[in-house]
Amino acid sequence: MSGPTLPEGEDAFFTLDGEDLRFEPGDTVLQAATRAGRYIPHLCWHPDFAPHGSCRICTVKADGRTAAACTTRVTDGLEVESNTEELNAQRKTLLQMLFVEGNHFCPSCEKSGHCLLQATAYEMGMEGPHFEEFYPDRPVDASHPDILLDFNRCILCELCVRASRDVDGKSVFAIAGHGIGTRLIVGGPSGRLGDTDMALSDRAAGICPVGVILPKRRGFAVPIGARRFDDRSAADEVQEEPTCAPGRSQALIPEPAKGEGSPASAPGRSQARMPEHAMRRMAP
Amino acid sequence: MSVANSPHPSAEACAAEVLARHGQDPHALVQMLRELQAEQGWLPRDALGQLAAGLGLTLAQVEGVASFYRFLHLRPVGTYRVLFSDNVTDRLLGSEALMADLCRRLGVAPGRVGDDGLVSVDRCSCTGLCDQGPALLINHHQVITRLDASRVAQMAALIRSRVPVTEWPSAWFEVQDQIRRADVLLGEPLVPGTALAAALARGPEAMLAEIKRSNLRGRGGAGFATGTKWELCRQAPGDEHIVVCNADEGEPGTFKDRVLLSRFADAVFEGMTIGALVTGARRGFVYLRGEYRYILEALEAVLERRRATRLLGHDILGREGFDFDIRIHLGAGAYVCGEESALIESLEGRRGTPRIRPPFPAEHGYLGHPTIVNNVETFCAVQRIAQHGGAWWAGIGTRKSTGTKIHSVSGDCERPGLYEYPFGTRIGRILEDCGAKDTQAVQVGGPSGVCLSAFEFGRRIAFEDVPTAGAFMVFDRSRDMFEVARGFAHFFAHESCGFCTPCRVGTALVVKRMDKLAAGRGSRHDIDVLFELDKLMHGATHCGLGATACNPLRDTIAKFRPAYERHLKSLYFEPGFDLDAELSIARRMTGRDDAGAHFAEHSA
Repeated sequence: MSGPTLPEGEDAFFTLDGEDLRFEPGDTVLQAATRAGRYIPHLCWHPDFAPHGSCRICTVKADGRTAAACTTRVTDGLEVESNTEELNAQRKTLLQMLFVEGNHFCPSCEKSGHCLLQATAYEMGMEGPHFEEFYPDRPVDASHPDILLDFNRCILCELCVRASRDVDGKSVFAIAGHGIGTRLIVGGPSGRLGDTDMALSDRAAGICPVGVILPKRRGFAVPIGARRFDDRSAADEVQEEPTCAPGRSQALIPEPAKGEGSPASAPGRSQARMPEHAMRRMAP
Repeated sequence: MSVANSPHPSAEACAAEVLARHGQDPHALVQMLRELQAEQGWLPRDALGQLAAGLGLTLAQVEGVASFYRFLHLRPVGTYRVLFSDNVTDRLLGSEALMADLCRRLGVAPGRVGDDGLVSVDRCSCTGLCDQGPALLINHHQVITRLDASRVAQMAALIRSRVPVTEWPSAWFEVQDQIRRADVLLGEPLVPGTALAAALARGPEAMLAEIKRSNLRGRGGAGFATGTKWELCRQAPGDEHIVVCNADEGEPGTFKDRVLLSRFADAVFEGMTIGALVTGARRGFVYLRGEYRYILEALEAVLERRRATRLLGHDILGREGFDFDIRIHLGAGAYVCGEESALIESLEGRRGTPRIRPPFPAEHGYLGHPTIVNNVETFCAVQRIAQHGGAWWAGIGTRKSTGTKIHSVSGDCERPGLYEYPFGTRIGRILEDCGAKDTQAVQVGGPSGVCLSAFEFGRRIAFEDVPTAGAFMVFDRSRDMFEVARGFAHFFAHESCGFCTPCRVGTALVVKRMDKLAAGRGSRHDIDVLFELDKLMHGATHCGLGATACNPLRDTIAKFRPAYERHLKSLYFEPGFDLDAELSIARRMTGRDDAGAHFAEHSA
């Protein structure tokens, strides 16, 4: 389980796609890769939270064995393959599974351009659903004055569950059901968000990587070209800002400044250019 | 509490009682929900809210746990809840027609409660009565075996006249042990205390050394070395160590643990107590699958007798400071809880989602304590090793697979039941002994195991050849192996915990493809997609359930491909929907129904 211990003061290395990278003791593969500015596609992982391991998008081969990069600890000399044709094809299939499981209509979704699922699908070259859609019937919850919940887009990453429980101390969300019927639910006697003490300033309100938890009255406020993934891809983000990686900009962009100093909401991002990958639209 | 949602009058009192009984311990949530439901018939939302308040949880958290388990109901399911065991072995014996007959007689649709709220009839995963099926489970308490048309007719009449289940003919509830071949485990019964006395005489270190010498490997299927697991746990630092017996025998076609618990409970508990001696544990749990609720009282009585005779409790067998006791935790219908970390999550009162491993339970298990989780049969083997020594055990079986293995034999054979053989026994030998004729295939180890066809019957049961957790389902040449695989596909989709993408969505996609093939709308393309899903799920899932979910599919496509191709409509792509049916709305709107308004069937 743990690799050989190193003499004090010596750096430990592992290889990612043939490249030697340093790591800190206790790092998972995904943490070490992110710190080094190397992108391993992922959805349910967030640097501020304990690994979860549910989306499986970050599945790599570690010393030849398939494993989730977010839950696998790095050991000295570990050889990790990630950016290979086989693994990327597998990621694309997993993404297609998530797309057909829910109702993801990118052109009409206000999270479009800020959505990690959409960005990762572009990254993996996903061009269509491949599988037949499930078209689940999931009503939206508009009962809260400031927040809309559209469960149709949920990928069950549980980031909101974890943020609400571990950071906000409110446990507004929970996971219910099993199998393909697994679903996100809301606490309170009525099971509706309006009956909870959830607030827009909660960590859980800004953590959703897809378009489930949305602030009201801010839809489409950011013009195409200025959205999170218009300018750079999910991979570019990690490469350009390795230390803080996805943590900074999971929050929906137009959120008023909360003093977090998040680089993604800082001014100066290009608003003019619309790159090719943002021009392609997910077919509804 | 809202008046509109007002539950059964006594639900509130009942919830309060359940809370008090478990000292408001949130780790007992699954037990509380089971007990509440046993009183109420279902789990009213207000009562869940009351539990949540009493446990310091949110209603959503409690609802999340309750909705995870197939045997817990958030809506009324009728005074009588009838669940037909839906293993392939039940189907071979005609369960589907019997269920349809019962539904017709009671005037209810499968899965729906009748308008009068009297009864609901549905399917459940294998109830572990494959050798005496078709079987069913009633009110999550009693089981009825050997169903036939006359029992179904009488049962419908009893339900309609609202006769309590306790007053039904007692012969219906008879469960037979059917031990057909006994070896060292199913042979001479244990004289309670003798194995434990032998272990105490050896001492913890020497006992562990014997287990290691025996090369005993876990009987749950994975075959991890028991001695190594126990040593890891023994050495792991912790205030407390825990012994868990995995009696969540959920693998379809497996029923050996039912017999071991019914007839050899002392051997199981004694094995656990030896585990406590070795690891230093003071607390033990038996995780008993909900389907085996009917043996709970008998097990509790054995525990009580063992306490009274100082085989459990304080200063066991007079050894000062050797304290250990066992509690039984009832499952509530979740196959995935057979996975040891999911089992521990469930023991802790949560959804049975497998944990991220490492750390493994031996180091970080129940409530973070070092925990050994072993199969019922493993504990039985341990008490034999305590009596006769590791070398004796290692002398049975093969070098890599020592000792004996108990097989639950069912399906197309004359003498279904339990067969115990030393490891290394040929598949063909077991088939001969159980009276199987004209055998087409054997599913060894259940759906997550391996499907063997006739040319492989010379292979042997052993970790190094054909490993098994104990199921041995026989199919003769009259059976459609595609339908067998389709049943297993539905099983895995039904039992997926829903945590990881590939298993949650993948098992559902497999079902869609298999159903499409069954409906005669399949093409080669669909088989290619099934291969693709199999490959993905083998590497990418969070736990073994998803990883093995496509095993039956892979084996049957490879070995019984004609069974699949019979279902193909064409060799090319076929859509999953009916083109002509899609035009029906247009026909209705235009008022046309002539030939031109129909999609002409093109010649394939």
